[in-house]
Amino acid sequence: MLRVDVVKQLGEFSIEASFTSEGRVTGLFGASGAGKTSLINMIAGLLRPDRGIIALDGETLDDTAAHIHVPAHRRRIGYVFQDARLFPHLDVRQNLDYGRRMNRLADDPAQHKRVVDLLDIGSLLERRPGRLSGGERQRVAFGRALLSKPRLLLLDEPLGSLDEGRKVEILPYLIRLRDEARIPMVYVSHDVAELRQLATQIVMLRGGRIAAFGGVKVLPGAAPA
Amino acid sequence: MFDISPTEWTAIQLSLRVATVATLVATPLGIAVAWLLARRDFWGKAVLDALIYLPLVLPPVVTGYLLLLTFGRRGLVGAWLADHLGIVLAFRWTGAALACGVMSFPLLVRPIRLSIEAVDRRLEQAAETLGATPLRVFLTITLPLALPGVLAGMVLGFAKAIGEFGATITFVSNIPGETQTISSAIYSLIQTPDGDTAALRLVVVSVLIALAALVASEMLARRATQRLHGN
Repeated sequence: MLRVDVVKQLGEFSIEASFTSEGRVTGLFGASGAGKTSLINMIAGLLRPDRGIIALDGETLDDTAAHIHVPAHRRRIGYVFQDARLFPHLDVRQNLDYGRRMNRLADDPAQHKRVVDLLDIGSLLERRPGRLSGGERQRVAFGRALLSKPRLLLLDEPLGSLDEGRKVEILPYLIRLRDEARIPMVYVSHDVAELRQLATQIVMLRGGRIAAFGGVKVLPGAAPA
Repeated sequence: MFDISPTEWTAIQLSLRVATVATLVATPLGIAVAWLLARRDFWGKAVLDALIYLPLVLPPVVTGYLLLLTFGRRGLVGAWLADHLGIVLAFRWTGAALACGVMSFPLLVRPIRLSIEAVDRRLEQAAETLGATPLRVFLTITLPLALPGVLAGMVLGFAKAIGEFGATITFVSNIPGETQTISSAIYSLIQTPDGDTAALRLVVVSVLIALAALVASEMLARRATQRLHGN
């Protein structure tokens, strides 16, 4: 269960958001500039709220009143960025292994194989990020986040930088991820169709405020037949 | 002409030793300072920045004299080091290394700082979300990505250290076998009658060392860049 109740001033713009989500995939929906990325940066611990509380499965990650701020590296929250952010000086195998090494987790070849197979990246392991296509890079980024064994996975428009063809290439992996990996996710997007396919719960953000909350039916536009 | 005398050899070896020690000791410190300046905001940052660049703009003889005042036998730090740790810097080759280290520090820090600033902070954030502590983010992401700049800084610093003259001769004088580097040996030789040939030999040697350092840095930087972006 993810509980967020935060206030954050960012220049002229402010975020005031409060929601509790138990869904497997919480879709964070809104136009660009609605504050989606700032909100999940706070969940990840990369941005500190001015006031408020963030808690995951009963553990307090931020509580400004109690002066609690768990740093990002101790949150065990995976993050897939829009721009993949693979480490350019490491090959795919080392990128995938990075989270395991940093968290001092035991080597888990079975898990490694599962993730590599799920994302179909077995043939890329020896390559550097510079030699990957956009879609391949994003798949490796999913794998890297998954293999750090996160308690929650944040996905910030992971398909946003890809063209339509690539999106269609990735979407099935995401659906498999949702159904097989059993890690709760927060999925940020401004694409109604994507969220309708993936999300189990929707938080709609507008101008830094929560405009709607509920099932996928709160998404704008007619429900698919 | 190319019959290098024992005194000249001593000066050459001493220069290499002084510059190597100065560079190796200054590099970790330079990396730390470069990181602070590139990545942290703190009170007194502008002062630290100015202090590091001071040796670049001060007359070297002033820097050398300040070193003598501070690290000399009766200097504030020098007296303490001598009494408590038995370390004497004034008029020793270690003092020459200190002078060279101080003089070359701005040249060492600048490329490292620029290359750390050029490292994409978003990669560092990604490493954090994968569980890396700030120190490990630095060691596994920032430093490897800044490596070409570190190498460039080390070579620049080394080249400056090997050619340093003013601060060194002021702080540790010009004692053959102890503090007489190539530069101060050349200085002595050209003031000696018939010293011209010997001076010229040392001039050739210093040109060769400088060239070798530049070529080495070029090769190292190219290899580091390839390692980072190629494959």
